[in-house]
Amino acid sequence: MNRKALVVSAAMSLLALCLAFARIAFPAELPPTSAYRLDVPLVDQDGRGLHFADGRGRPRLVSMFYTSCKYVCPLIVDTLLATERAVDPAERAKLDVLIVSFDPDRDDPPALKRVADQRRLDVPRWTLARTEATDVRKLAAVLGIQYRALADGEINHSSALVLLDADGRIVARSGKLGEVDPAFVAKVRETLAQAPARTP
Amino acid sequence: MGFARTAFAALAALIATSAGAAGYVALPGGAFTSVLPADGKTADAVVAPFELRATPVTNAEFLRFVGHDPAWRRDRVAEVFAESRYLSQWAGADALADGTSQQPVVDVSWFAAEAFCESENARLPTWYEWELAAAADTTRTDARNDPAWREKILGWYARPSNAPLADVGGEANIYGVRDLHGLVWEWVDDFNALLVDGDSRESGDPDKLRFCGAGALTLQQRENYAVLMRIAMLSSLKASDTTANLGFRCARSRTGGKP
Repeated sequence: MNRKALVVSAAMSLLALCLAFARIAFPAELPPTSAYRLDVPLVDQDGRGLHFADGRGRPRLVSMFYTSCKYVCPLIVDTLLATERAVDPAERAKLDVLIVSFDPDRDDPPALKRVADQRRLDVPRWTLARTEATDVRKLAAVLGIQYRALADGEINHSSALVLLDADGRIVARSGKLGEVDPAFVAKVRETLAQAPARTP
Repeated sequence: MGFARTAFAALAALIATSAGAAGYVALPGGAFTSVLPADGKTADAVVAPFELRATPVTNAEFLRFVGHDPAWRRDRVAEVFAESRYLSQWAGADALADGTSQQPVVDVSWFAAEAFCESENARLPTWYEWELAAAADTTRTDARNDPAWREKILGWYARPSNAPLADVGGEANIYGVRDLHGLVWEWVDDFNALLVDGDSRESGDPDKLRFCGAGALTLQQRENYAVLMRIAMLSSLKASDTTANLGFRCARSRTGGKP
């Protein structure tokens, strides 16, 4: 009887150990509403390959732009900077920022790198990236961003800052440009407060 | 004997092409006056030669697709790619309702339509490709200035939409493409690009204009209501949305494969 109990208890511990290991080796499945279910291969400003879903684990601000755009796109970077500056530095360190180009033909890594350097963006917490045209369309679709290439090389697009939580769920969005959107910043703070403390 | 064999082979090839796996027809493309000017003002759209499915994708074809790629079954698809009404008119996750196999598949999201087209090495048509194909009637490549033609198409929009859908295979237009009007609405690749305001890059707050149909200010051919209604409808959708009269067909660039 005693021996039987011992065997059962040993088996239970082994099972618990296996489960613990499985949790580490295989992270839980993404929620059904996670934007990270979309597989988008990206190349960053340093020419490194990565995936959209690699952002999992930390909250992230996501937007889209193109580097040859003179008017709205610098404003998008301005607004992202202003939004994260509205958050305490300690909290800000837990926030990533991703901007993906609408314009894969012209926005190669050196073009993206120039913007990162000129704007003194906090790389690698900030990532500027490109992807192929079919994936640009899918990413814009999942983020709810509209864009249209015109014959003269300009790209018309709606402007949106999208806040993803650590699992890639869209928590909030803002179309305000050039100024901080208080409701959006509040959501950023709230999401950061809930996020697991983990360094990049 | 040799001749007979050659003739037979040619005939077989012909049958294979016309009734073949997916039934794409070639369209020449060219400069085209779209309701959405290419520069946001008045410029023609330039469409490269392409191939288009002759008919919308049917329930039977989509059922085969979800059989091969179960991630797109209605009981497995992730909510981010398709809302709850996805394929809701089917009898089950892998079964069609009786008599619906040759009807166009509807209740499909943009993501699901893209995935289907990729499975046959194709893509959704762009708006310009769809509009170019749909400007034709049985004898003309551009029938849009004919009031009788416009009237006929508008008649479809006036019909109640709760009647069961017809099977695909309506009258072919001059290119051999069928059912562009009168059966279902169709997804296009750039559905989320159509009503972006022409001057959004210069205005401080594009959102102020975005939901007021500002893009409509630059629309051409305002008398072509039927096409304008399509644009308005497509622009109102999210990529995970599905509706009971929205289907799709696929396209291919002529140089082969994806764009």
